[in-house]
Amino acid sequence: MPECFVAKAADLKDGDRRIVVSGKHEVGVFFKDGAYYAYSNYCLHAGGPACEGILVNKVVDLIAADRTYEGQTFSDELHFVCPWHGYEYDIKTGECAGDRRLKLRKYEVVKRGDDIFVVI
Amino acid sequence: MDMAREEVRNLNYNEFTETKSLEHATQQARARNYQDFLIVDVDSHHYENEHYKEVYGYIESPVMKMEAMESIARGGRSAFLNSQVGYQGLSGRITRHNLRKQYKPSGDKHRDIQMTKEWMDAMGVDYACLFPTPMLFLGLHPQVEVETALCRAYNRWLCERILAHEPRIVSMLYLPFNDPEAAYKTVKDFGDKKGVVGFMVTSPRYKPVHDNAYMKTYALLEELGKPISFHAAYSWEDRALQMTNRFISVHSLGFMWFNMIHMTNWVINGLPERFPKLKVLWIESGLTWAYCLMQRLDHSYMMRTSDCPSCKRKPSEYMREMYYSTQPMEIPDDLSILEATFKMINAESQLVWSSDYPHWDFDLPSSVYDLPFLKEQAKRNILGGNAAKLFGLDTKVVKKIP
Repeated sequence: MPECFVAKAADLKDGDRRIVVSGKHEVGVFFKDGAYYAYSNYCLHAGGPACEGILVNKVVDLIAADRTYEGQTFSDELHFVCPWHGYEYDIKTGECAGDRRLKLRKYEVVKRGDDIFVVI
Repeated sequence: MDMAREEVRNLNYNEFTETKSLEHATQQARARNYQDFLIVDVDSHHYENEHYKEVYGYIESPVMKMEAMESIARGGRSAFLNSQVGYQGLSGRITRHNLRKQYKPSGDKHRDIQMTKEWMDAMGVDYACLFPTPMLFLGLHPQVEVETALCRAYNRWLCERILAHEPRIVSMLYLPFNDPEAAYKTVKDFGDKKGVVGFMVTSPRYKPVHDNAYMKTYALLEELGKPISFHAAYSWEDRALQMTNRFISVHSLGFMWFNMIHMTNWVINGLPERFPKLKVLWIESGLTWAYCLMQRLDHSYMMRTSDCPSCKRKPSEYMREMYYSTQPMEIPDDLSILEATFKMINAESQLVWSSDYPHWDFDLPSSVYDLPFLKEQAKRNILGGNAAKLFGLDTKVVKKIP
């Protein structure tokens, strides 16, 4: 499996990403909280650039013990959002927030010395 | 053919081009050979509010023009035009809505012509029917004379500044429906203008389509052979929709709600019998509403023919002769349900593809092209052939896919 150079590790700050294009493959490589994640850049919905949108935490409803609604907040689960239509994906798994059975293709990321590569 | 590509890129939020933003749509266009056949988008948009200064310049009343121009200067305080509460852009998740400010036109033509043609080519679209955005709510303005005046100003601006200069952009002009006489005059005055392929009623409003005051407008449209369309939108001020608390709710229901009412009135009052040659197009309600309403009305019709004596046939039979735009096309997991919907509305001849671009829930041509139950000719009819007949467009392919 060919490895494609992504970036020097020092050049990727927390929350940074790169889009790696190799032939028919487009891969979004994220660096977040000390970990690297890489997914197909083709949204499962309409083929939009899934990895090129904003990063935002999952929104949750606050439901009290008596089952009343108390508002909304953000959870710890971080999503990246396809900018075409708003499909959200869990950055740790590539699962689609609206249907966890749907997952973006995941790619392996390897670090060799100071260099980051994605296996395509 | 796609060239072999090798690159690593960072995200750049300091520039915006439709070509780049829709690069994946262009890949689809090439892979599906859209260059070989006509694609017509019957519902696309621009943001006329970006050019209010130009549009307001066409307002004929000097008093109202002064009021409108001054409203630009006062910014976010009380406005000349009504608007709607909403967050279509998903709090910034739909990035193009903000990034479009970075777009830099490169040619001499109007910015909206350049942006529109750029996304059309990127998607593989030959002709686009262009509609406004905030004006979709103008039928709810408390001052009828403001709807009438702005509609006339916008229609003149659109004809003179956009349609006259770009043959690939057409429009169904806004009808000031709350003033029936002005609606009639609009068809009279603009019916023969370049690029005017019909007239459009914005659906959120509280005027019944069967009011006698509209009959001469329908007759004139029928005589001219120009279709009338009803473009859906929502109103969070509607009494029933006020009960919803999220945009997903008011959008899902609202975009069907007003068109279901107008369609019901249209059919039950026998307008298809009174105007048998008038072509009617229903825009941006998706498809499931029609599938539902056909069955609901037919069911009651058989027991209550005395309630709708002008109907000589079942309501669904009239509805099956009307036209429907695709977007936002509901695609269920079980495609046999969608296939049944296509059958119900006679999609091969009555369905016309629409993108709604650049709005948040736009569809690409692949939404139709990739359906496994359609044959190639049916795909081409829906993507362009049906609309070319409806609008009287040349069927020669004119796009330039990047």
